[in-house]
Amino acid sequence: MQLEILTPEHKVFSGTVYGIQLPGVEGSFEILDRHAPIIASLGKGKMKILKDKSATAAYEISEGFVEMINNKATVLIEDAKALD
Amino acid sequence: MSGQLKEVRNRIKSVTSTQQITKAMKMVSAAKLRRAQDSIIQMRPYAQKLQEMLSNIVSGASSGVSLPLAEERPVEKILFIPITSDRGLCGAYNSNVIKLTRQIIKEKYAAQEAKGNVTILPLGKKGYEAFLRLGYKVVDNYWTVFSDLSFDNVRNAAVYAQEAFLNKEYDKVEIVYSQFKNAATQAFVSEPYLPIPKVENAEGSKKKVDFMFEPSMETLLRDLMPKILNTQVYKAVLDANASEHGARMTAMDKASENANELLRNLKISYNRARQAAITTELTEIVSGAAALQG
Repeated sequence: MQLEILTPEHKVFSGTVYGIQLPGVEGSFEILDRHAPIIASLGKGKMKILKDKSATAAYEISEGFVEMINNKATVLIEDAKALD
Repeated sequence: MSGQLKEVRNRIKSVTSTQQITKAMKMVSAAKLRRAQDSIIQMRPYAQKLQEMLSNIVSGASSGVSLPLAEERPVEKILFIPITSDRGLCGAYNSNVIKLTRQIIKEKYAAQEAKGNVTILPLGKKGYEAFLRLGYKVVDNYWTVFSDLSFDNVRNAAVYAQEAFLNKEYDKVEIVYSQFKNAATQAFVSEPYLPIPKVENAEGSKKKVDFMFEPSMETLLRDLMPKILNTQVYKAVLDANASEHGARMTAMDKASENANELLRNLKISYNRARQAAITTELTEIVSGAAALQG
């Protein structure tokens, strides 16, 4: 699926991924390839991009939203810091 | 004669050094403009997507969701948010924003102004100073945003406006700023900010998607609204920032050009004066010699 991560100040990530783990306001959840359309609110916490089955990238994010439609996920957050 | 020569020489010197300054300022503005332009370009997809998400939620919503931030009340008290710069020397940029604000107040809200119900929340020092001088009611906590331009700082001002609107301190909030078109042109506009203008439901042609909402649609709307409003102000501030640098660049370019023209004229009169001095001197010598011989 396509993934795009945007903040007001810059584009954090854009590309094809296998899935993404997100800190929802009511607990962490995961969006995988071909997920049904969803709009969810995100809390502060850790976001993990699953680039393929072995490679991942983690970010510390502040609150925001995620939208998934037509196999394209967009994450809108106010700030993201890469963790290594 | 030599007195006049010296005068012209001094003027040439001072114009040249002024021109150096305006040229340098133009270069600085060009560099800053590029950065400001970049950040607004970065910002646009975020703002657009946020707006899209909102209309997705609204179009999926059963009608009749009440939103306190969109509540329309009879307009008694108004808050204006004019966005100006901190520094001058940028042509008519600041005065245009201030002029537009005053014109709108005079044309549309004269009655409210007479009752003293018009308040100004200036962003940027020039606007702050001007509206204070003009004797308007001014909220003076937020005008320093440009000294450290960040999303957080701008958000504070936006949150203030939203809370005051919810507490019914104001019934209407408008932002006056200059939209960045390109380096040479700015469009000065007044944008309604609160109550939130009615969101157009997604066009009929667009097929409706059944979204899952997490946690719930009402919560999402309640969270999304302030976000969008904060982003809107931030975008306006970035627009204004880019416009400011564009305006300064153009103004400084004009100034350098004018200096060139001035220098050209001064050089002509300098040469003329020099020529005249030489001619007089020669005539004096020649006629002196002729008198001796004669």
